[in-house]
Amino acid sequence: MVTTETGTRKLSYIQAVNEALRQEMERDPAVFIMGEDIAGGAGREDQGIIDSWGGPMRLTKGLIKQFGKERVRDTPISEAGFIGAGVGAAATGLRPVVELMYVSFFGVCSDQITNNAAKMHYMFGGKIKLPLTIMTGMGAGLATAAQHSETLYSIFTHFPGLKCAVPSDAYTGKGIMTTSIRDDDPVIIFQNRQLMGLPASTHVPEDPYTLPIGKARITREGSDVTLVGIGFTSYLNNQAADLLAAEGISADVVDLLWTSPLDEEAILDSVQKTRKVVIVDEDYPRCSLATDISALVAEQGFDYLDAPPKRVSPPHTSVPYSQPLEAAYMPTAEKVVEAVREVMA
Amino acid sequence: MTITTSIDNDKLLWMYQMMVTIRRFEEQSKREADAGKLRGMHSSVGQEAVPVGVCAHLRDDDYVLGTHRSHHHCIAKGLDLNAMMAELLGKSTGTNKGKGGTMHIADINKGMLGANGVVGSNIPVAAGVGLSARIRGTDQVSVVFFGDGAANQGTLHEAMNLAGIWKLPTLFVCENNRYAESTPVEYSVSGESIAERASGYNIPSVIADGQNVLEMYEIGGEAVRRARAGEGPTFIEAQTYRYNGHFGADNPLTYRTQEEEDYYEGRDCVERMKAHLSQTKVATEDEINEIDQKALATVEEAARFADDSPFPDPEELTTDVYISYP
Repeated sequence: MVTTETGTRKLSYIQAVNEALRQEMERDPAVFIMGEDIAGGAGREDQGIIDSWGGPMRLTKGLIKQFGKERVRDTPISEAGFIGAGVGAAATGLRPVVELMYVSFFGVCSDQITNNAAKMHYMFGGKIKLPLTIMTGMGAGLATAAQHSETLYSIFTHFPGLKCAVPSDAYTGKGIMTTSIRDDDPVIIFQNRQLMGLPASTHVPEDPYTLPIGKARITREGSDVTLVGIGFTSYLNNQAADLLAAEGISADVVDLLWTSPLDEEAILDSVQKTRKVVIVDEDYPRCSLATDISALVAEQGFDYLDAPPKRVSPPHTSVPYSQPLEAAYMPTAEKVVEAVREVMA
Repeated sequence: MTITTSIDNDKLLWMYQMMVTIRRFEEQSKREADAGKLRGMHSSVGQEAVPVGVCAHLRDDDYVLGTHRSHHHCIAKGLDLNAMMAELLGKSTGTNKGKGGTMHIADINKGMLGANGVVGSNIPVAAGVGLSARIRGTDQVSVVFFGDGAANQGTLHEAMNLAGIWKLPTLFVCENNRYAESTPVEYSVSGESIAERASGYNIPSVIADGQNVLEMYEIGGEAVRRARAGEGPTFIEAQTYRYNGHFGADNPLTYRTQEEEDYYEGRDCVERMKAHLSQTKVATEDEINEIDQKALATVEEAARFADDSPFPDPEELTTDVYISYP
């Protein structure tokens, strides 16, 4: 189980991940970063232009100035090309961190991820190492509409050979980035865009640290109901738990942090304690992480349950553009509270 | 094309021996398939000269990336025949412990970064290998083989553009064997040649007679030299011919003529090299026969080795999915 360190060094998500990248690049010359606009203004150093953007979400700001353009490398819009190049570089001694700007773009490069990165280690009888990290922006709630608002970790969880991590705050953002870069398997980090925009409110230790792969953490302890969430929904579950506490209901909040490996033990231990579970997922409802966990709890936690597992998911639609529609689409703390009332009834 | 490079006798004999070995290996693989010991494979008979001429310039720490039809790439790169045949039969002594099979043979110690069953999929990976050499500051090169079919896959174009802007030490070798499964290249390629596409990415290109190993040697050598010297990528369109069907049971006469097959088989790369060795007195008839016998013997040995090897233990089903998965 992951425990969160406490302290007063508050960083934002962006600052925390930036720090992780910088520290890992300082520690290991094999680490390099590649992606669209991760520096910005590429090729115009002679005009004094460098580091114009530092990433579409500013995660890589400052890195090109410190590490240079060989290791902080802007790419053309060629996802199949540069994610595949990440596979080749990982196979030959480097530790690439490659950015897929929005997870919704995976369609143009999925072959490199699912047929190469996921499978080469197995197909080659274990005789190759692919320490590739792919970081990708995901999540709705920012009025970017259907093609820029998906979550999709369930699709990659589906594939044997990939590890999938979903940070839920600045502390886990830095820890997961450091852990993933150091891990020798291909890891996809799903970085929620709403979380990136939150103010600096989480303690982040300055020294580099890793988190145990595939381990969840409990962010609120309780005994009346289990709330399972990941990424943005962990943030919502914490809010919901606080609202429920005011009604005298104590929620045990399981923040998964990883979909693959999945911390099944943490989920089942919590359900054994509370006997009721609400699974909160921002991804589409069909064939999702939420259905996967429902099956787990129903099969292996059946004897613990006082009520069937309950899922809070968006409806089976694309993410709408119009703000009131998108607000209706998204899980919210209020919807989680409502779901808890249903299972408690 | 006039060959201007002078080539050592040892190298000439090596190239002949490699091509004969590939030919015998492919014939044996077909026998294994007919005997039901493997479901089928994509034969490279007819195309031997292409990788042999290029790989003659490569070191173990240079990387080759292949296709679904890669036995000749693997053999030319120096992979062990025993381990290759065992892999085809799914045995635990195979190059991939029996878990990859004919379309995924790999041996990283020999710089074979894998055959690949998805058309065009390895091309960006090869660019990444070139990028890796560049970032690490070595003079290693990557060579990716792909077919006329892959020339129409977006990954080729993305990878060429990356290789062009980043001056990657990557050879793009298109084995134009005139067919993508049953679809002729004249139908599927818009343009006079495949090679000319490279100029759109500012990459020098050349069309080679892929049935002439000396020409492949000369052209391959210059491309490798350029890459090692930091001069960037080269595109080679090697015109060759696939003698057999796309896969196992495919009868290619359902989409091409006997006349066409006879034409290309009449300029066979192995026979032409044999004649060249004879005419230039690099080898006597006896010496050539000895090479032929030896090639056959190594292939027969590989077949025995594969037959005698065990299948993987059942536990191997779930190993190697990850390096670690707590």
